[in-house]
Amino acid sequence: MSAQARRAASAPGVGERIRWAIHDGLVLTRRNLRRYIRIPTLLVFSTIQPVMFVLLFRYVFGGAITQLPPGADSYVNYLMPGIFVQTAIFGSTQTGIGLAEDLNGGIIDRFRSLPAARSAVLAGRTTADLVRNLMVVLIMTTVGYLVGFRFQEGLGFAILGIALAVTVGFAFSWISATIGLAIKNIESVQAASFVWIFPLTFASSAFVPAESFPGWLRAWSNVNPVTIWSDTLRGFTLGTEYVTFVGETMTSLAVKSALWVGAILAVFVPLSIRLYRRT
Amino acid sequence: MSALVNGPAWHGRPNGVASASVVGVAIESEGIAKRFGQVQALKGVDLQVREATVYGLLGPNGAGKTTMVRILTTLLSPDQGHARVVGYDVVRDAEALRHRIGLAGQAAAIDGNLTGFENLEMVGRLYHLPASEAERRAQQVLERFELTDAADRVARTYSGGMRRRLDLGASLVGRPEVLFLDEPTTGLDPRSRLALWDVIRELVKDGTTLLLTTQYLEEADVLADRIAVIDRGSVIAEGTPDELKRQTGGEILYIRVADRSRTPEAAGAVVGIVEGGQKVDNNTGELTLPVGDRGTAILTEAVRRLDDAKIELADIGLRRPTLDEVFLLITGREAEAEEETR
Repeated sequence: MSAQARRAASAPGVGERIRWAIHDGLVLTRRNLRRYIRIPTLLVFSTIQPVMFVLLFRYVFGGAITQLPPGADSYVNYLMPGIFVQTAIFGSTQTGIGLAEDLNGGIIDRFRSLPAARSAVLAGRTTADLVRNLMVVLIMTTVGYLVGFRFQEGLGFAILGIALAVTVGFAFSWISATIGLAIKNIESVQAASFVWIFPLTFASSAFVPAESFPGWLRAWSNVNPVTIWSDTLRGFTLGTEYVTFVGETMTSLAVKSALWVGAILAVFVPLSIRLYRRT
Repeated sequence: MSALVNGPAWHGRPNGVASASVVGVAIESEGIAKRFGQVQALKGVDLQVREATVYGLLGPNGAGKTTMVRILTTLLSPDQGHARVVGYDVVRDAEALRHRIGLAGQAAAIDGNLTGFENLEMVGRLYHLPASEAERRAQQVLERFELTDAADRVARTYSGGMRRRLDLGASLVGRPEVLFLDEPTTGLDPRSRLALWDVIRELVKDGTTLLLTTQYLEEADVLADRIAVIDRGSVIAEGTPDELKRQTGGEILYIRVADRSRTPEAAGAVVGIVEGGQKVDNNTGELTLPVGDRGTAILTEAVRRLDDAKIELADIGLRRPTLDEVFLLITGREAEAEEETR
């Protein structure tokens, strides 16, 4: 058999390629999740920060926030949807840090010398972080229930809300992956992430209604996707009264949310794959 | 201990398949060049490595050894030139080739948060082995590298030598036809190094081709069937260890002075017997002179002159040059590290 023929014989079809890509992605997802089993404090610490945000806003700032939009009978019911979105976005910074660690440790070279699918390293990392984000959001739900938060629209909408937060986190994982692959230095990745994440999450309606913002900030908040996701999630927890108040319908918010997630994925998935190929 | 190499499926190579365009050649490269920004890391490297042999790429840090390994293992594309490994083009057939090679790079590429067993099992799964087979091979590799007792400990608790062994073990999980080891014994204690040499010999006996890079001339001398001396991106000498030693000026006259403080005097006494290449070490009282094929005559002359100067000797004699001396003769420099480029 000639080398040509061997090549043809060993070239897998599209179906098989996809099957192996999923297989390899799951192998690395499992690897990345084991890290949280081996170092349980990682999960504990990534939960402490959002819990502190809940307590801070609920008890320190919450008392002073009296102007609540219609539909929100208490501040904690207004706050928690925003916290879910913020928690998922903050959690996604771990993706870039994890990738930078792998790059510096040399293990990426090993993966790349193996016949594993090229996509496996990024897919395995973002999927594992999705699972981790789901864990953290579920813990946050429990914390929310302890301080008086309630899903008011039933189980179906509760699941939709949690799914939205985790999906947003997944999209941000790809932004984080791009940063991690571009910068490569663990400390710098960490610092770089918060430079843009803070204005994005805080200059939004995530924690307080935007009505009190000065005009320029309000303009930014209105186009900020974090506002859109928070409002959508609030629609899922508070109901249509709130949605009507912000001048939307449930459908229009859901579509906008999905478009933003889609747009982020459309830009940063190919971008991070390109950077990964070049490393 | 050697269960891993005894199985009939060590290679998983289909019968009757020629492994390269030239039968019996596992690795061949032609004019491989690679540039990183301003640095021309490789300037046209030609290699030919026969199946089931050990090939040593010998050179200082920054010579281009690692770049060459990264190209041959499909991690980097060359700017120019072609290379084939077991018949597969390293660029066009990269994906198929990865099923047939193993790599252990300079950094121990293992996950400190996984146990030794989990690390190896993961690599097996990424070679697309069925779960049971991946587990079986992980156990075999652990046994072979004497890591069975530590199999269920997370790898970050391993000593440096254990991590290195686990890393090398990981490169064997796929039972590669060609194994690439980039400075495999760097950081190993002498006992582990000898153990690794045994493993390498065993693998080659069973048909694996091995390309290793090393800065240790002794290692290349002991292990390699052929050696390419690589310096500043070019192969500057190639051959068997014996050929290289012969190629570079026959024998060496070795003198050790009894009273080390008189070493400079001794050096003065023998100066001019040979044209250049004389080396003096005042700390050890050793002198070496390349003597070509005039060994006996020069030995006699040196003994006479040193006797005249009443310098007492601890030792004098003729011997083959070491690869260190060969490197010095070829490059005009000591085999020392240059700044690392890649």
